[in-house]
Formats: sequence, C-alpha cells, structure tokens
Amino acid sequence: MKLKKTVLLGAVIAGLLGSSMASANEEQFIGLPSYRVGPYAAGGSGLFGGWIDYMQLVNERDGGVNGVKLTWEECETEYNNARGVECYERMKKKGSTGNSVFQPVSTGITYSVLEKVAQDKIPMVTIGYGRTDAADGRVFPWVFPLITTYWSQASAIVNFMGQKEGGMDKLKGKKIGLLYHDSAYGKESHAIMDKLAAKHGFEVIKIAVAHPGNEQQSQWLQIRQAKPDYVVLWGWGVMNPTAIKAAAKTGFPREKLIGVWWSGAEEDTIPAGPAAKGFVAAGFNVAGANYPVVADIKKHVYGKNKGNMEDKTRVGSVYYNRGVVHGIITVEAIRKAQEKYGKGKALTGEQMRWGFENLNLDDARLKALGATGFMPALKITCADHEGPGKVKFQQWDGSQWKVITDWVDSDRPLVRGMIEESAAAYAKEKGIKPRDCSKES
Amino acid sequence: MQFFIEVLVGGLLSGVMYALVALGFVLIYKASGVFNFAQGAMVFFAALTFVGFQEVLPGWLGLEADSSVVFWLAFLLAFIAMIVLGIATERIVLRPLVNQPHITLFMATIGLTYVVEGLAQMTWGANVRGLDLGIVDEPIAWLMDNYEIGVSKFDLFAAGVAASLVALLALLFQYTKVGRALRAVADDHQAALSIGIPLQTIWRVVWAVAGFVALVAGMIWGARNGVQFALTFTALKALPVLILGGFTSVPGAIVGGLIIGASEKLAEVYVGPFVGGGIEGWFPYMLALAFLLVRPEGLFGEKHIDRV
Repeated sequence: MKLKKTVLLGAVIAGLLGSSMASANEEQFIGLPSYRVGPYAAGGSGLFGGWIDYMQLVNERDGGVNGVKLTWEECETEYNNARGVECYERMKKKGSTGNSVFQPVSTGITYSVLEKVAQDKIPMVTIGYGRTDAADGRVFPWVFPLITTYWSQASAIVNFMGQKEGGMDKLKGKKIGLLYHDSAYGKESHAIMDKLAAKHGFEVIKIAVAHPGNEQQSQWLQIRQAKPDYVVLWGWGVMNPTAIKAAAKTGFPREKLIGVWWSGAEEDTIPAGPAAKGFVAAGFNVAGANYPVVADIKKHVYGKNKGNMEDKTRVGSVYYNRGVVHGIITVEAIRKAQEKYGKGKALTGEQMRWGFENLNLDDARLKALGATGFMPALKITCADHEGPGKVKFQQWDGSQWKVITDWVDSDRPLVRGMIEESAAAYAKEKGIKPRDCSKES
Repeated sequence: MQFFIEVLVGGLLSGVMYALVALGFVLIYKASGVFNFAQGAMVFFAALTFVGFQEVLPGWLGLEADSSVVFWLAFLLAFIAMIVLGIATERIVLRPLVNQPHITLFMATIGLTYVVEGLAQMTWGANVRGLDLGIVDEPIAWLMDNYEIGVSKFDLFAAGVAASLVALLALLFQYTKVGRALRAVADDHQAALSIGIPLQTIWRVVWAVAGFVALVAGMIWGARNGVQFALTFTALKALPVLILGGFTSVPGAIVGGLIIGASEKLAEVYVGPFVGGGIEGWFPYMLALAFLLVRPEGLFGEKHIDRV
C-alpha cells in the first residue's frame, strides 16, 4: 500500500513537473535569412543585429512572449536569391511549429518564394522592400509589405518637397531628377513618379545608374546640365556615397538631394565624408539610441553581455534600429496571435498570419514598447497589408542623422488605387480569386 | 563644346582609375601567364587592411588618429600584409599547380577570390569605412570660373599616382635584374628555370608588387567611394581595359583605361538617353568585344604565333 502511494505520488509529481517543463519549453522559432558577408554585409550586420537584440530583450526582460521563449537561427544568404530560397527551404520545418514567419530582407528573394509561402502557409513579411502591390491582402493573403511601400515612399518624398516649397501647387513647373539604380528595384519608382508628375505638374528626369554604381560622372554631368530643383536618390550600396560625393563635386546642394530609405544610413554617409553634410533621406524608422526601447536593449541585453553587435557604437544606427522595428513587429504579431490561439503557446505559420493581419500598434502600444516616434503607428487589415505608408525625413549633420520632420503622409488614395489596379492584374494573370474581406474574422 | 570637353576629360581621368586596377592584372599575367581573378578581392583586402590598421594603431600606440605616423605605419603594415598574402598564394595555390594548364590556375584564382574576400571581412569586419587622403574631390576653381569646365582635383591626383606607378614599373621591368628575370619568366617558364632563374622567388616578387598596386588602387578608390565590399567590383571595370590594352603591357593598361573611360562616358551621355540610360556597365564590354574581333592580342599585347 505504502509502495502504491509512493508510486502514485511520484507519478503526480512527475506529471506536474512534466507539464510545467512543457510550458517552460514552449518556444517560437524564427528563421533569419541574414547577410553578414558579401557585398551588403554592412547593412545586414546592423539590421540582423538589431532584430536579434530585440528578441533577446524580450527573452531576457519579459521571459519571452507570455512565457514562450523566442528562438532563432541565422542562415547566410549573402543577399543571393538562390541561397535565399535554400535558406527558406532549410528553415521551414525547424522548431516545434516550423518557421512561423519568413522575412527575406531582399526583394529578389521575396519574388523567388512568393508562391511557395502560400503553398507552405508561412506568412512573408517584407518591411520596406518587395512587391508593392502585395499590400492588397485580398490578392496576397500571405504577404505583408508592412509600414510602407516604395510607392508610398515616393509619394511621401514628393509631399515633403511640396512642404519645403510651401505647398503642393508650388511643385508645378519644377524639375525633379530621379537618379535610380538600373534594376527592378530602381525602376519600381517610375510608375508612381510619372503619376505624381502628371498630378502636380512637375517634370521627372530619369537617370539610370548601372550596377554597382561606383562611377557616376556622366550621370551627374547630365544632372548639372538639366538643373533640376531636387534629385531623388533611389540607390543601393556603393551607389549612395558615390552619388553624394558626385553631387558635391558638381555643386548640387545636398539639402536638395533626397534619398530613399535604402540610401539613408550611416553606411551611405560616412564613406562620403564631409560631402554628405546636409543630405536628406526618408526612413520608416529613425536613427538614435535615446529611445526607451534601445535603452532597454542596452540595459538588459548588452548589460548582460548578450548583445549581438560586435561594434557597440552601431547600436542606434539606422540599420540597427530598422532591425529593432523588424523585431517589434514580429513579436507583436506573436502576441496578437496568442490572444486568439492561446497565450503561452507556440504558433504555426497559419496562426501567425492571423497575428500579422490583425496587428494594431497604436500610439499607446508604441509608448508601452518605448518606441514612440521610433516607427509609425500601424494598423493592418485583411485588405490593407501595408498600414500607414508614412516616413520621417532625417538630415545628416556631418556626424549623425537628425530628424527634421514628423511622419509625412503619402498620397494614400493615389497609391492605394495603383496598388489595387496592379494586384487585380496579377490576380487575373494567375487566376486568383481575391478574398472577400467581409467574411474574414 | 565645353560640355563635350568636360565629359571627355572626366572620362579620361576615370579611365586612369580603371588602369590602376588593370595594372595589377598585367603584372601577374606577364610573370606567370595567370589571369588573376582575385585582383579585385586583393584591392578590397588591401584597402580594408589599411583602414583597419588606421583604426587600431592609435589605440595601440597612443597616437592621434590623424597623425602622419599612423598613416604611413598603416600603409607599411598593409603592404606587409599584401606581401604575406602574395607569398602564401605562391606557396599554397601556385606552387602545387606549376606546369598545369592555364585554365587550372585561373580556376584556382577564382577560389582565391572568395578566400580573400572572406578573410578581409573576417579580420576587419563588414563595416563601411571612409578614407580621407587629404585631397578634396572638387573641381579646380580656375577652370570652373574661366571655362566652366569641372575637372576634379582628386581625379588629377589619381592620374598623377597612376603615371608615377607606370613609370616605376617600367623602370623595374627594363632596368633591374629582377625585371629582366620577370620578363624571362613571362616568355617561357621552363627556359627561365633552365638558366637558373628561381621561378618561385620571381612569382613571390610579382605577387608582392601586384599587392602594392592593389593597395594604391584600393586607397584611391576607397577614398572616392568608401572602403567597402564594392571595391571588388573595380575588377569588372579593369577587364575591358585589359582586352583593349593587352594583357601583357603596362602602357597598354593605361592607354586601354583612357580609351574605355572616355568612350563609356561619351556613350552614356550622348547615346544613353536614346536607349534608356545606364549603358556604362556594358558599353566597355561591347567595345572590347568589337576590338577582339579586329586585334585579339590588344593594342600592345604580344602576338601569339604557334608553329605547326
């Protein structure tokens, strides 16, 4: 009898321990297709460093998301499409629930796995890159080009120029140079700029720069000849500092050279030296280490020597903070999905998709996260997978970025119209029946 | 007309920058018949090592970061690193492949490219660095004020450096014992060996000199666009220069560079707008291809005659 009682008690204790262990072992796996070597490693190391640090913060400070620890694994893509697809395939079965979200951080890889993610039921989040018309969630239920798209950015840049001129009507008759990377990424700007030019009556002078863009003398001579009022720098990698230096060489005022968010990091301005002073760039996140969220990372992650950045001075840089934004959005989608599918549980890709589609980071939530002003408030719906479409503008003062505007809106009706038109054409081509969002819960 | 002159002069000066990189290819090809695919990676490695030492030396020695001692010591250490890299390449990559077909050696240099690129980033990190040589990249005021022609002081400086390097290399090849040995090795490895020229030593010397050229090219390109991975792409600009100038001619690299630089800029400005622009990337290759059809050995290359 005594033996029976002991065995029973032991079984109960073991059961309790087992269940608590199961709960404590609940983990959410995030696959990170990073690029820390190769041509774009400088940006990649900052972005993925910030992203990992934020997830580490959530684990260290909060014990995970409702007790679910975040785990991750990096897979090196070198920003190469083939390797990106390989990473996608390698990581999709990892973790107890598989890779619950794929964020390729490359437009090329985005296009390569666009159809795979729908088949595998893994949401793909493309913040500030990828396919713009995927913002129409009715046609692209598995893709989330969150916060803002290239078209929204172009529109916000034109609105910023309008602000500087004293009104959008003042843009009439102006000349805007568009110095773009001669690739699909660079040409993404053409349609929207043409539409905006027709609407506001300015002229767009499109000037291509062949990859990699380390020689731009002829382009800047053409710019000098055309005498534009502004030049939009739609660049990437070495093209950016080269453009900034060439602008200085031809005497073009840097205050009127407006970069996109892939042209506006420290990696673009530092190599340009003093020539970069005054250069302005758009961004869906800002630079700076004074935000509470970054301060928390320093305290809870770097304070315990668990930080990911080898060079700690880069904490708070543009790319680093962009990584933190990626982390915030991923974690908040997990939190949202757990509200529906069970707190403290690891989620599948399908459940995470719901989390992204119902994401609502309002001002109060951003404040609680310590990210007020750090990124725009964000509300995602079944139809709208983009959200605010806003950017801030920062100016390089010779040593650091200074925010010079509040969040600047894009021309939402115009951009959304283009997105829906393009998505409808894609749906027709692929035989996709758009979702009826009124039936989604 | 002023605009045309400006485009032309700018193109010629850009061409000199390409020639700087092409020189490294020529040196190694002359001495070993190897087309060194890793030359671009060497440019990157050299420049990154230079700025890397510039960053760490002030801390090690307690000197001001902008002191000339730091600059020259960093230059010396980067040059030593290039010599070590050259010796290691000869010992590990080339020596086991002596008398193998040229294509084998070429493939080995492709592998070497990835090793050198990885080694550079592993040692010094992937951060993009600025490099200040103290020469401002702005137009010469006198030309601008009087003729409205913008010629960059920095580009003129680069041209001066390239000209000095060519003169130095020409002296080395023509008037020194090592130079004569280099030419002998370039003509025929086995014949050179048979008269007692140490092949390994010559290869080590030539890789070290190519390392020096890579360091100078890396510093100039790095000062212009920042020290970053994209320096490896400078090799792409050097290829058409080599085809035009000939793989075995030092002056050919300069003349080829001038022709490529000027023609690509003129084409971009005057032809580009009719075909959507951005033709600078492929136009030099088209030109080189056309040239190959007429003169396969390049302008100054040695004619290859096989007796059958």
